[in-house]
Amino acid sequence: MSAFASNTIAIIDYGMGNLHSVASAFEKVAPDAHVLVTSDIVAIKAADRVVLPGVGAIRDCVGEIRRLGFDTLVLDVIASGKPVLGICVGMQVLMQSSEENDGIDCLNILPGVVKFFGKKLHDTSGEHLKVPHMGWNQVDHLPVKGKVHPLWAGIEQGSRFYFVHSYYVDAADDQQVAGRCHYSRDFAVALSHENLFAVQFHPEKSHDNGLQLLKNFSSWNGKTV
Amino acid sequence: MALAKRIIPCLDVDNGRVVKGVQFVDIRDAGNPVEVAKRYNEQGADEITFLDITATHQGRATTVNMVEEIAREVFIPLTVGGGIRSVEDIRVMLNAGADKVGINSAAVTNPEFVREASEKFGAQCIVVAIDAKKVSAEGDPGRWEIFTHGGRKSTGIDAVEWAIKMAAYGAGEILLTSMDQDGVKSGYDLGVTRAISDAVDIPVIASGGVGNLQHLVDGVVEGKADAVLAASIFHFGEYSVPEAKQFMASQGIEIRF
Repeated sequence: MSAFASNTIAIIDYGMGNLHSVASAFEKVAPDAHVLVTSDIVAIKAADRVVLPGVGAIRDCVGEIRRLGFDTLVLDVIASGKPVLGICVGMQVLMQSSEENDGIDCLNILPGVVKFFGKKLHDTSGEHLKVPHMGWNQVDHLPVKGKVHPLWAGIEQGSRFYFVHSYYVDAADDQQVAGRCHYSRDFAVALSHENLFAVQFHPEKSHDNGLQLLKNFSSWNGKTV
Repeated sequence: MALAKRIIPCLDVDNGRVVKGVQFVDIRDAGNPVEVAKRYNEQGADEITFLDITATHQGRATTVNMVEEIAREVFIPLTVGGGIRSVEDIRVMLNAGADKVGINSAAVTNPEFVREASEKFGAQCIVVAIDAKKVSAEGDPGRWEIFTHGGRKSTGIDAVEWAIKMAAYGAGEILLTSMDQDGVKSGYDLGVTRAISDAVDIPVIASGGVGNLQHLVDGVVEGKADAVLAASIFHFGEYSVPEAKQFMASQGIEIRF
């Protein structure tokens, strides 16, 4: 490690929404890190850690990612072994496809599809469940390769995180499901594959639990064990 | 394991100060918005709503700065409403750090604006604010109409039908304020809250009229609200957010601690 060793966290900016909240949250939990909100491919490739955010319609997100050539970039960054964090639609775009916008092919990096919660949802007690799934719900950590994932360090089982989404990830590989939530059904809210971690909730809006997860990411070495 | 009902302190901001009117007219000063927002964040509020009631352009610039400052320090969702009339207004607030924007009068003037905003920014950040007033006589089946301009202007539009329409146009959430109740502390209008919450698939925030903690419980249990908003009971120290949460949990409501 050089004397100038630093920790650069690049938040990929592909024009979809405000990324300052994610940046502010990292600046808060990792004051020594160099936090960039950037669309500069060279800077993203040079960063120590990369965040793929996403808000809004998946058609626009996937469309912009492809238009800017970021589909290849995301693949390259993941292949490089550096820690990568997907957030919200940034998790959904990693899947094979989504039902949103009449069906969209996603980046096909993780196996599974993105599905609509449905209309007129009710839970078993008859309560009307609103869509979007909006607000604070509990997340169960599931062991990855027999161990709790390093990104859950310091976060209690069943802690609440802030969600806002109408589509959920139906993961095809149970081994990759590192976190699960229940809203009319059980669904994956955290996926883990080697140096890639992706969450459906918004850690940057999830107060102490979310900040802890971002703090864990800011020092994560990209290994699950 | 279930989704928690949200408690949302609301900051009505006029020219850079938190104020709270009684029935939208009489105003009391309740502090600096950034300080107030930080206090609620520390107390465990589930979201914060910032309602800009400033009329002047200069005041609007102050609001943007304050939203930026709040967003830098408060890591829970922030909704900004008041004076949102164009796609550009929305962009400015989202870029300043708002997670959602509240659209009120502009939706009534031009419902297509809601559709355009939702398509552009996503339903998750579009909150349609509805100010409703009861127009049916006591004893008759409930009927409520939409009012604009701070409750002064009647539109003749049925509130329940309007909520259904706004959901169809791409609203992600409804902020329902009962104008009869606002600031008078006799509780939410549970009739209109229940009618709208049952009628739409999107979350409904009950607002207007909270005077004690039982009112918050009633909003969820009777009104079927997904979130409850209150201002003055928190601003003037009558109750804290943790007290509200403890009480709601004691009544069997799913709450985040």
